[in-house]
Amino acid sequence: MSQTDFHYQKKELPASLSRLGIIIFVVGTVLSLLAFFVDQERAIFNYLVTYMMIVSIGLGSLFLIGLEYIAGADWSTPIRRIPEFFAMLLPVLFVLVIPILVFNHDLFHWAHKEAVADDKILQGKAPYLNETFFIVRTFVFIGLWSLFYFVMTRNSRKQDETKDQTLTKKNIRLGAIFIPVFALSITFTAVDLMMSLEPHWFSTIYGVYYFAGTVVASLAAITIAVILLKEKGYFGSWMTNDHLFSLGALLFAFINFWAYIAFSQFMLIWYADLPEETFWYLTRWNGGWVFISLLLIVTHFLVPYFALLTQPSKMNPKVLKFIAVWLLFAHLLDMFWLIMPNMGSMKSGYIFSWIDLVFPIAGTGLVIFVFAFAAKKANLIPIGDPKLKRGIDFHL
Amino acid sequence: MNNEKKIYGITATFKTPDEIINAAKKVSNAGYIHFDVNTPYPVHGMDGAMKIKPSKLGFVTLVMGLSGAAIALLLMFWTMSVDYPIVIGGKPFFALPAFIPITFELTVLLATLSTVGAMIALFFRLPDNQHPLHDTEYMKSVSADKYGVVIEAEDVKFDEKSVLDFLKTLNPISTEIVFYPVVEEYPIFQPKFIMFLIAIAIVVSGGTYFSLNKLTIITPFNWMMEQDRVNAQSPSELFADGRGMRTPVEGTVAKGFIPYPYKGQTNPTEVLANPFLPTKENIALGKAKYFTYCTPCHGDFADGDSRLRGQFPNPPTLHSKRARDFSDGMIYHIITNGQNVMPSYASQITRDERWAIVNYVRVLQRAKNASDADLIDMNKEAGSNVAN
Repeated sequence: MSQTDFHYQKKELPASLSRLGIIIFVVGTVLSLLAFFVDQERAIFNYLVTYMMIVSIGLGSLFLIGLEYIAGADWSTPIRRIPEFFAMLLPVLFVLVIPILVFNHDLFHWAHKEAVADDKILQGKAPYLNETFFIVRTFVFIGLWSLFYFVMTRNSRKQDETKDQTLTKKNIRLGAIFIPVFALSITFTAVDLMMSLEPHWFSTIYGVYYFAGTVVASLAAITIAVILLKEKGYFGSWMTNDHLFSLGALLFAFINFWAYIAFSQFMLIWYADLPEETFWYLTRWNGGWVFISLLLIVTHFLVPYFALLTQPSKMNPKVLKFIAVWLLFAHLLDMFWLIMPNMGSMKSGYIFSWIDLVFPIAGTGLVIFVFAFAAKKANLIPIGDPKLKRGIDFHL
Repeated sequence: MNNEKKIYGITATFKTPDEIINAAKKVSNAGYIHFDVNTPYPVHGMDGAMKIKPSKLGFVTLVMGLSGAAIALLLMFWTMSVDYPIVIGGKPFFALPAFIPITFELTVLLATLSTVGAMIALFFRLPDNQHPLHDTEYMKSVSADKYGVVIEAEDVKFDEKSVLDFLKTLNPISTEIVFYPVVEEYPIFQPKFIMFLIAIAIVVSGGTYFSLNKLTIITPFNWMMEQDRVNAQSPSELFADGRGMRTPVEGTVAKGFIPYPYKGQTNPTEVLANPFLPTKENIALGKAKYFTYCTPCHGDFADGDSRLRGQFPNPPTLHSKRARDFSDGMIYHIITNGQNVMPSYASQITRDERWAIVNYVRVLQRAKNASDADLIDMNKEAGSNVAN
């Protein structure tokens, strides 16, 4: 452990980053608007895919911040600002969710009153699955997430100036409250926005499945940002490969967790073989979907599992960066696989369309822009945090 | 200083983890290879300070994990798909998704157990209760609140004075020279000790035998040989007469038995008709049974010329006019019921076999008393084969 003091000099992110974000976002948005005029139903389903991806990155980041506080982790303290920047996506969801609520008749079968009238099962689920309650829930969850985001990051930033240690204590308490709120809200969000696309189907592990993917996606985004900033010299020389190893090890753990949950869901349905459950998987075995289903196993589990298995590969910034980008695509594929087969015309098999490609472009631009915007107002390192020094001196 | 003692190494203790990291760095930078660090808890960054190469333990985990997966899959493949395939829930014999949980469990089990086992046995070389560092002031302090480094005499650069001087430059709170423990020799095979062992063996084995077999006898599992049921031909207190075996209720019919209602009657033949045609198989059966049960008295050809040679009253010939005029039912009745000195054969010969014997007796009677018409019939049959 070095005895030297740590001096931080804020180095602004280049303005070109937020300009890059805006350009990508505008290009993606124009193409997406075009897609809306070409095929409204397909466009709104694709919009939901990208929306869930953004929820994953933002909400997963806030979860990791809360986890760091209540677990008392040292190693992640110096890079905590990165998830804080990504979590700024959460208040943006207030705007992003509007198209889903406006076009909910294209997305949700249960939103059609005449369909519910002939359907005993949907009538039974109507007390939960109705438009009013759905909208209230959606906004309450986004509101809760944004509230925790604002309070926790404000405490964190205030600490940079005041060096007040009680702020850490406050955030530990907030984190302890946030984790159960997070567990419930992410479960209901997954059920509301994705599982209810097929309102006759149900799986009690669905929320956990989405949670596993969420943490993978947010960790991947954080890893990419950390490695890029480190390469460009924004972090200084203190960051060692041991910090990267910890990120890689967490990624590795959550890839396994995702595979465990995904397989648990599949195996129970496969073994029980009840028609009311199996049809969900059979739909994803129709036509071209079988290849996407198998590709998901390869991309989301097999390749990253073997790539991250050894200790040197978790410490190698190049391998880790590649796998992190890979996992972001894998999570996007996962969201695509969950959402798109529920579209009426896609049930018999997957047919490619350019519409599927344009929404993630807009999403990428938005994430880059929000990240750059959030980074402008804060230090890249939480210089007031009492755990900072131990985090910087972190060794395996 | 005792020159006979062999030096194991020289230790130095420090107060803080920072100091020990610093000391470990300096020791390894000075070129020592055989040295070790002892701390009350794992200190982060120690591997790098000591320049320890990454552990090879991971390969044990990998190999044993893969072995666990292979064993589980092979076991389930062999038992479920090859050796004893049973359809379970309409799934295929090789139902991979159902095998995954067990494969996973066995992979983890073998990997973790062998990792811990290899770590203790191969890497720590435990159990080692003779380590020179045991029972030293140094070990007592580093397992409580101090941090220590020990440079071992095994090292090529080791020299008692220079090492001691070098360690002093690191500002330790104490240094200590550790020697190999003196191993005292105890002669084991003294007659007294051997006698003592024998005495103990006799007392313990005798005591064990007595207490297990006599004092605290526990009946071994008797495979259900003692049961609360009535065995055949043994008494029972349940019944007033004390007999375990009971006569069946009036009118009880044994399984597979049809009662013979004409017992003791002389001529019930009207109602008894032979149910079997005199086919080749039936006559062969009748012949076999005839030779077993009938020839001792009636003779091979039913002439009444038995092998008894007057020891028993011979029966009359069955070729008499009276016997030939018996209906099939009458012969059956005689076999079943008995006649004069002939006893009933109902218990020895089954009903079907009795009818087969009747058919065979008819064959004998016709063969002995053939008419011309029979001869012509035979010639007709034979001639068709020989010449025409």
